[in-house]
Amino acid sequence: MLIRRRWEALTEVAIELLIRLCGISAILFVFGIFFFVFREGSGFLFHGFKFLEFFGSTEWYPTSQSHVRYGVLALIAGTASVTALAMLIAVPFGIGAAIFISEFCGSRLKETLKITIEMLAAIPSVVWGFIGLTLMNPLIMKLFGAPIGLNVLNGGLILALMSLPIIVSVGEDALKAVPDSYREAALALGVTRWQLVYRVLLPAAKNGLLAAVLLGVGRAVGETMAVLMATGHAVKIPASLLDSVRTLTATIAAELGEAPVHSEHYQVLFIIGILLFMITFVVNLTAYLFVRGIRGK
Amino acid sequence: MNDHHAVFQATPLTRRKQCSEVIAMVVFLLMTSLIVLPLLLIVGYLVYQAWPILSLDFLLTSPKHGMRAGGIWSPLLGTVYLVVLSLVIATPIGVLAAVFLNEYARDNWFTRIVNLAVINLAGVPSIVHALFGLGAFVLFAGLGKSILAASLTLAIMTLPVIIASTNEALAAVPMAFREACWNVGATRWQTIRHIVLPNSMSGILTGVILQVSRAAGETAPIMFTGAVFFKAIREGHLFAYGLFDQCMALSMHLFTISTQVPDVPKALPYGIAVVLLSTVLAVNALAIIVRVYLRSRKKW
Repeated sequence: MLIRRRWEALTEVAIELLIRLCGISAILFVFGIFFFVFREGSGFLFHGFKFLEFFGSTEWYPTSQSHVRYGVLALIAGTASVTALAMLIAVPFGIGAAIFISEFCGSRLKETLKITIEMLAAIPSVVWGFIGLTLMNPLIMKLFGAPIGLNVLNGGLILALMSLPIIVSVGEDALKAVPDSYREAALALGVTRWQLVYRVLLPAAKNGLLAAVLLGVGRAVGETMAVLMATGHAVKIPASLLDSVRTLTATIAAELGEAPVHSEHYQVLFIIGILLFMITFVVNLTAYLFVRGIRGK
Repeated sequence: MNDHHAVFQATPLTRRKQCSEVIAMVVFLLMTSLIVLPLLLIVGYLVYQAWPILSLDFLLTSPKHGMRAGGIWSPLLGTVYLVVLSLVIATPIGVLAAVFLNEYARDNWFTRIVNLAVINLAGVPSIVHALFGLGAFVLFAGLGKSILAASLTLAIMTLPVIIASTNEALAAVPMAFREACWNVGATRWQTIRHIVLPNSMSGILTGVILQVSRAAGETAPIMFTGAVFFKAIREGHLFAYGLFDQCMALSMHLFTISTQVPDVPKALPYGIAVVLLSTVLAVNALAIIVRVYLRSRKKW
């Protein structure tokens, strides 16, 4: 009996330790990611890295024979333009769909729509890229007379569809979090459902909806394969929607395989990785604070 | 014949309100259907284009003639290896991490940091995971480009999926269950092992299934950690890859075929896309079915 007791106590302690270790694993991994990406890029970051050229120049010639230049301004512009277009489309549609699902439809239709959006979210990014390459590319060339259909428009549309699911689901959660008493009070005053949405729900769910948008931005900035395949490979600041661009993520994916390990070029790609890590970190942190804001109330 | 007094006469204001109501409803409905339509269109288009090539042979033969002919056996098998291995690594860690968050952690700053880390882990771009996998597993740990290194990278990337759904499932188990168990003298772990985990199986299973779908579709994290453009394997052999081998993967194969290899038969990349897409969607459908079925059996 006593031995069994002791055995039980021992497993209890061991398992609790294991659980606590797994519990902090997420923290370890986040730090690990930062540490290892930083470690690979640090050699160049501290020796010979030109901060001004990196952020201020659009000249990205990592393999030039005569004069190597690492300016990522054009890549940042590429990421920004594609993300901005994606959000321009995805935010109104995503919030609209969230409102419809949360306020306007019956429970059966609601379940069906939620499942469909879950399915949309499940489509792998490489398949999206393939769609951009084979379906949208000729379509854009035909409709707009563009010389090539792999451009900001293509990438933006694809990214909009990719970030819609997260905007819809987080946005719907935010609307659901608005207490029913708000709805009842408004309806008792004789408002229509549209007025209810516009005047009561949107202001009340503002923070959650903002979080939804931010998570969508995070998704769009970090997306790799789809933009690699759908935006073309021109390193330049786009002047129109029909210009090809290259994003930060696509640059890493396209060039890492060819850069010799521990060369300058290789290390610069890791520095771009640090930059991406920090952008998404800030975006997610802000979204988290907004979501906590709703819960805190 | 005086009932017309009882008939409600709509004032212009009411009519305007009703009108705006209908317009709002229609606009939101259109917005929603514009999200649903692409899914149907994409699946339909891909299946239509891939139809001539889809057959059992396509699944069971390896790529031939510089990947311009043959099927997709070796990438398919590679994906199975990557998914199973990453699942084996991520599930215990993810489930226990959720147990920690839900059963052990108090609501304090430390728990908030853990939650924040989980959210951030989910938000880290896949290509940054690839850089991490390359730096940590391939180079630092000396695993080389291998199935093991790629699976570890995938496991860390998909960890938040399991943590989130397990967490939700654990939180749904009523507190009274735990209290009853503690009152008969069970320890914390016994309560979790015999009461909490069995009662949240549906949520955990859903998380695991979603992890599979996520891991199967990812390309960027495995590109530089273990997946290669082409690798010849023994035909018709289930254990053709070793843990430290490089492998082909379905997602990577689709990328390669559609961007790097010229003159492939038109239906071939569509065939790969359909197989990849239908695998992922089928797995997701399974997750939904499991969730609905097990939820309907719940007694509280």
